[in-house]
Amino acid sequence: MPLQPVKFYQTGSFAVGNRLLPLEQRSVQADTERTNSLNSGHRACQGCGEALGARYALDAAMRASNNKMIAVNATGCLEVFSTPYPETSWRVPWLHSLFANAPAVATGVAAALKAQGRSDVRVVAQAGDGGTVDIGFGCLSGMFERNDDVLFICYDNEGYMNTGVQRSSATPPAARTATTEAVGPEPGNVFGQGKNVPLLAVAHEIPYVATATVSELRDLEYKVHRAMAMHGARYIHVLVPCPLGWQSASNDTVHLARLAKETGLFPVFEAEHGEITGVSKIRRRLPVEQYLERQGRYRHLFGPTPRPDVVERIQAMADRNIRRFGLLDEDEDPDPDETLPVGAGPGAGPGAGPGAGPGAGPGAGPGAGPGAVVPSAGEPGPGEG
Amino acid sequence: MFQVRIHGRGGQGVVTAAELLSVAAFGDGHFAQAFPSFGSERTGAPVMAFCRIDGGRIRTREPIVSPDALIVLDATLLHQVDLFSGVTPDGYVLLNSSRGFEELGLADMLRSHSSQRLMAVPATELALTHTGRAVPNAVLLGGFAAMTGAVSLDAVVMAIRERFKGDVAEGNAAAATEAYGLVARQREVHSGAPTA
Amino acid sequence: MLRQLEGSRAVAEAVALCRPEVVCAYPISPQTHIIEGIGSLVKSGALTRCEFINVESEFAAMSVCIGASATGARAYTATASQGLLYMIEAVYNASGLGLPIVMTLANRAIGAPINIWNDHSDAMAVRDAGWVMLFAETNQEAVDLHLQAFRLAEELSMPVMVCMDGFILTHAFEAVEVPTQQQVDVFLPPYEPRQVLDPLEPVSIGAMVGPEAFEEVRYLAHVKQLQALDLIPEIAAEFAGTFGRRSGGLVSTYRSEDAETVVVALGSVLGTIKDAVDDLRERGTRIGVVGIGSFRPFPTAAVRSALGSATRVVVVEKALAPGVGGIVARDVSMAVAGLPVRTHAVIAGLGGRPITKEALTRLFETAAADALDALTFLDLDRGLVERELERMARRRRSGPTAENVLRDVGIVSARVP
Repeated sequence: MPLQPVKFYQTGSFAVGNRLLPLEQRSVQADTERTNSLNSGHRACQGCGEALGARYALDAAMRASNNKMIAVNATGCLEVFSTPYPETSWRVPWLHSLFANAPAVATGVAAALKAQGRSDVRVVAQAGDGGTVDIGFGCLSGMFERNDDVLFICYDNEGYMNTGVQRSSATPPAARTATTEAVGPEPGNVFGQGKNVPLLAVAHEIPYVATATVSELRDLEYKVHRAMAMHGARYIHVLVPCPLGWQSASNDTVHLARLAKETGLFPVFEAEHGEITGVSKIRRRLPVEQYLERQGRYRHLFGPTPRPDVVERIQAMADRNIRRFGLLDEDEDPDPDETLPVGAGPGAGPGAGPGAGPGAGPGAGPGAGPGAVVPSAGEPGPGEG
Repeated sequence: MFQVRIHGRGGQGVVTAAELLSVAAFGDGHFAQAFPSFGSERTGAPVMAFCRIDGGRIRTREPIVSPDALIVLDATLLHQVDLFSGVTPDGYVLLNSSRGFEELGLADMLRSHSSQRLMAVPATELALTHTGRAVPNAVLLGGFAAMTGAVSLDAVVMAIRERFKGDVAEGNAAAATEAYGLVARQREVHSGAPTA
Repeated sequence: MLRQLEGSRAVAEAVALCRPEVVCAYPISPQTHIIEGIGSLVKSGALTRCEFINVESEFAAMSVCIGASATGARAYTATASQGLLYMIEAVYNASGLGLPIVMTLANRAIGAPINIWNDHSDAMAVRDAGWVMLFAETNQEAVDLHLQAFRLAEELSMPVMVCMDGFILTHAFEAVEVPTQQQVDVFLPPYEPRQVLDPLEPVSIGAMVGPEAFEEVRYLAHVKQLQALDLIPEIAAEFAGTFGRRSGGLVSTYRSEDAETVVVALGSVLGTIKDAVDDLRERGTRIGVVGIGSFRPFPTAAVRSALGSATRVVVVEKALAPGVGGIVARDVSMAVAGLPVRTHAVIAGLGGRPITKEALTRLFETAAADALDALTFLDLDRGLVERELERMARRRRSGPTAENVLRDVGIVSARVP
């Protein structure tokens, strides 16, 4: 099923019952026969984006694998709130080892299944941003490099939430955390160059990489299905707002995730074997304020001592994402030289056929930063060939 | 127990020499133990390896401090490292060199040792001739067999063939055999009587 | 068949005979030849139905084993020294989860200062991690212990590590009887897990346990170690019956029955000790040896029984508890508590310092003459130590200790001014 943004809202809710869709297009969650991998009764906070994302992702994985799946979980919120002693809310085979080793443990599970001739049983590993982009990164990169048969899902709430909201390398600039307080001349997290793990995953040239948010849950399900249809190392990075850490309203989670996408701060895309194959366009572009204002972790940028200069810098980041990924349709656009070359596919930018797109040559165009060059099919990128 | 200490430089096959010697001894029906003594590892650094040969099981693990025989793969070590530490007057010394003991500045040794137990063999040259590579280790084992009788030439050749394949094996075997002959003849000359 | 081969190679073949399903490892001296050996066997097709994974770190190696073992596969890895420390979180995790992983520990000193040679500091670092820890005296025993380790681990649902002295055993060529596949298959049946990740019967493994149950869970781990005290001799006895030779067991004794002085040690140094003991026996000294085969669980009762009638015990060990003294010595003291036996700790062989028969002989004579201190550092060069202490007393910026001492020994070239 092609990436098809279903513009479907039921008034007053974001329910996905989708009775208006034909059976084969309904979401897994609409099915009373779904696994309900993450059962109710877990101890997540009200409005937890991760709980929402995990349930959708794992149910989709279970359906895609005919209920033959093993889940490996890193230490973190998801692991803690889902297995409060003496209970577990997991209805799937589930293994938690350590904080930093979910990718490696998953490698071991997949290897065991292969040695036993049971490769029909699939492996899904999941972790928060901490266990993926920071302490888990070494093992993640190793798993990618070996192309182990694991789907790794990162639920990114942009901080170490379970331990009290500390900064991770996924924490965005200016955001308040307990280790980047909103005090001093540069309140909140520093403006660094960031660490774009989805693009790092693309750079590993693994079979499938995708980003998603909990505002487009069918898209998330679709991407999990897509990933499960493939073998080898696959990575899905899901933005999951955290009401506690982001200091947002617990009923605003899905909305915030949508705003992250619609402002351009969180690009939604798919990639295969080192090339971006599709982006999910912004439907109605919004200024970053609309996203930032709803979160207490950015409150120091507004109010009595506002920091419009910081907001402007954040806006520039969003603008850059829009340019790099081609997140807007034609008229609004961009400096063509700065667009990441995109292969043929729905939603691709103008002139972005395979190998022929703007900026698709080796070295790309000016303004493309490190990591922005994604070699088109058949063409050597910098340092290659 | 017969204890052998082998000296050389990294890259010359010192450790392999000890291992091959132990395999040869095993092939002859003895118990044997071979192990290396690594210093800071790099090509060219002095390296030592040990081999013990005995009729019964060998239990001790200490380095060999009183060798019954010394094999020296690289003559440039002679005046740099204390090679002869622990060697007794009736100990065997086999040097890899085309020069004699006196030329090498070891005249003192000639006086205190039995001449049948001090031999020099141009092992590197033999290796080059037979294998095209300047690795003298297996060659010296042939000379060692003739000098000490601690292992047989057959066992040395078998050990070489077990470890190496094809031309490398045959070349080394031939070189070892030639070294054996050289040493055997030298012993005859020194003793005035034919050796076994 | 008896063969003359390298210890590492023999262990690689032994592990392969145990039909491991997942082998993963990160290279570190002096374990490399073991892993290379197994890798070759898999790559050449000699070892089938085995996934050999080149991981990116030791932490990943133990983690892969955890995932594999939890999925019901027989899993194996090997490491040493720094690598063991790097994976230590996962080492505790494996035993906490009760996964029957087998690991070879090629004993090597832990830095700083970096040192690639043999001692037991790495093993000592994880002695309370809950793993069973077996020590091999010879390469034959190293081979045999791996077979016993898989049996033991799987029966207990507990990981087991086989310790063999780095370089001294791993890189030594000696005669070893490597078993046949048939023999091993009879001795080691297929792995039947107590817990396993199975889509047909889903379970959650690795949940958090709070104050209300943690003590009980840990107590059960303690119980398993105590069960091992019975199981180890049983398995060793069955091994002896099947293979016709004695290997493993809790302790081994040598001429200790009527000994006044008993020497206790772990690993390969026992060989040199036995040679020294034979010499002394010939001169009429009543001296014997007790080798500890299972260091964890510590065979308290067996040690007490073996040392019961001795006057003095000399524990020769290759590790040091800085500021305290011996580590094994303390376990031994505890075992003989209440008995009229004096325990002496001797720290020897640190960082690969050779332990010579001559030094041991002098040591044992001193002990027999009741002239041995409670704590001795064998072959310590006091001059080197004094010079560094004096340097440190003279000025604040005395420089890195290790480099200073090496310069005194003459290894490091003079500092460029």
